[in-house]
Amino acid sequence: MEDRSQTRRDFMKMMSMGAMAALSLGSLSCTQARVEAFLQKHFREMTEAEKKEAIRRLEETYFRKYGKKFHISTQPADAAVLWGYGLDLSRCIGCRRCVYACVKENNQSRINPQLQWIRVVRLKDGSLINLENTEHYYNPEKVPEPGFQYMPVQCQHCENPPCVRVCPVHATWKEPDGIVVVDYNWCIGCRYCIAACPYKGRVFNWGEPNIPPEELNTEVHYLGNRPRMKNVVEKCTFCIQRVRNGRYPACVEACPTGARKFGNLLDPDSEIRYIIENKRVFRLKEDLNTEPKFYYFFSA
Amino acid sequence: MKIVPLLLFAIIAFGVPVFAARHNEYPVSTPPLTEGIFPCSNCHAGMEVNAKKRELKDEHANIKLHHAENDRWCLDCHNPTDRDKLKLANGDKIQFTESHLLCGQCHGNIYRDWKVGIHGKRIGYFKGGERVYFLCVNCHNPHDPKFKSLKPEPPPIKPERKNGR
Ligand code: SF4
Ligand code: SF4
Repeated sequence: MEDRSQTRRDFMKMMSMGAMAALSLGSLSCTQARVEAFLQKHFREMTEAEKKEAIRRLEETYFRKYGKKFHISTQPADAAVLWGYGLDLSRCIGCRRCVYACVKENNQSRINPQLQWIRVVRLKDGSLINLENTEHYYNPEKVPEPGFQYMPVQCQHCENPPCVRVCPVHATWKEPDGIVVVDYNWCIGCRYCIAACPYKGRVFNWGEPNIPPEELNTEVHYLGNRPRMKNVVEKCTFCIQRVRNGRYPACVEACPTGARKFGNLLDPDSEIRYIIENKRVFRLKEDLNTEPKFYYFFSA
Repeated sequence: MKIVPLLLFAIIAFGVPVFAARHNEYPVSTPPLTEGIFPCSNCHAGMEVNAKKRELKDEHANIKLHHAENDRWCLDCHNPTDRDKLKLANGDKIQFTESHLLCGQCHGNIYRDWKVGIHGKRIGYFKGGERVYFLCVNCHNPHDPKFKSLKPEPPPIKPERKNGR
C-alpha cells in the first residue's frame, strides 16, 4: 500500500512542479515511468497502440530493475481454443518436480515470500474424500510412499470462477480461451479473490519478490509470468506464454511420470478430449458449480 | 530452429538427448543406450549366438533381468542374427527407435493409451512445432521396468506462527 501512495504523492508533486514537460523526452526517467504506470489503463481497455506503449515502458522498467532484456508478449486468445488440463492420479508419485518447474518458468518469488502455484497434497490411500488425512509438507526419503496417494492442486481455471466475481476493480478475469488471468498493474492487493477461491489457487506477494537474477525467465506474457511486484496476487495461468505458442505447460514437461496432460477441449482429436471421453474423470468440488477445466483421472 | 532449445532443455531436464527419429510413425526421443554400446554388431558380428539362459559375467554384467524373467531371455527381444535390430514375436526386425512396437505386443492397453498421448509423456510443441514422444524405454528400463522411486523436491516452507496463533 505504501508504494502506491508514494506513487500518487510523487505524481502530485510532479504536477505542481510543472515537470510534466519531461514526458515529451525520449528516454524514460524513473519517476516518469512511475507516473505513466499510474496512468496506465485497464489492460482490456487499451488500444493496440496503448498496449505497445505499456509494454515498451514495462520492458524499460524491467531492464532498469533486473539488467535484463525482457520480451513481453500480449498474444491474444485463439477463438477456436478452450484449454483443458488432465492429471492422472494413478501415475502421480508426489515428487514435486512440477512445483519447481513452475516456479522457474513463471518467475515466482523463491523465498520471503516463497510463492508456489502448485501444491501437492498427500492423501492416505482410499481416503480421497477424507481431507483430514491430507498434508502438503510431507518429506520422506523417497516417493511414492506405500499407503499414500498424491494430488497436485493448482488454479482450476473454472468456467464460472468465483475469484473473478469478487474482484472489486476487475483486475482478474477469464480470457476467451478459458485462462483466468490477473493484470498485476491493476490489482490493488485486497485479496478478496484469495478468499473466494475454493482451491487455494492464488497466492499473494506479501513482500518484494525475490528471484536470483540468473534464474529470471525473460520470455514472458503480460498476463502471465512477467515479474510481479509487492502487494499483488498471482496464480497458475496454464503457462499462457507457452500454450498460446503451441507449447506444453512447464509442469507437463517436467513431470517424470507423464501424469500431466494438456490440450484444447474444442479439438475432438486432442489428448484432453480423449481422456474425458475414455477415462474415469472427476473435478474438484463439483458441487460448487465452478466448472473447473482441470480434470483428474485414473488411467489404471 | 526449435529443436536446438528443445534439445538443450531435454538434456538439462532429463539427461536424454532428444532427436526426432524420422523413419517411423512418431517422432520419438533417442533410446537411452549406454554410451559406446551401439551398434551392437561391433562386438557381436563375429560372435557365436548363445541362446542359453545364464548369468552375464564379462559383458552386460549390469543387466539383471526383472521383467517376466522366468519366461524370457535376451533373444526374445533382441534379434540374434542382425544384432543392431530388435525382434517382434512374429520375427519382424525393428529399429531400436521403434521399441514401442515390441512393448506393445504384451502391454496392449498401455500401448493404446501411449499412442493417443495418455500414457507416457510428450514434450515440445503440440501445435506449430516439433512434438517428441518419449519411448517406453525412456522412462522404464526394459530389463527392469518398474518405475523407480525418487527423492522428492523440498516441501514448502511452513508459514511462521505469530502471536501464538
Ligand atoms: S511432477 Fe508429476 S509425479 Fe511429480 S508431483 Fe508433479 S504431477 Fe506428481
Ligand atoms: S500450467 Fe504453468 S503456470 Fe500452471 S501450474 Fe503448470 S507450470 Fe505452473
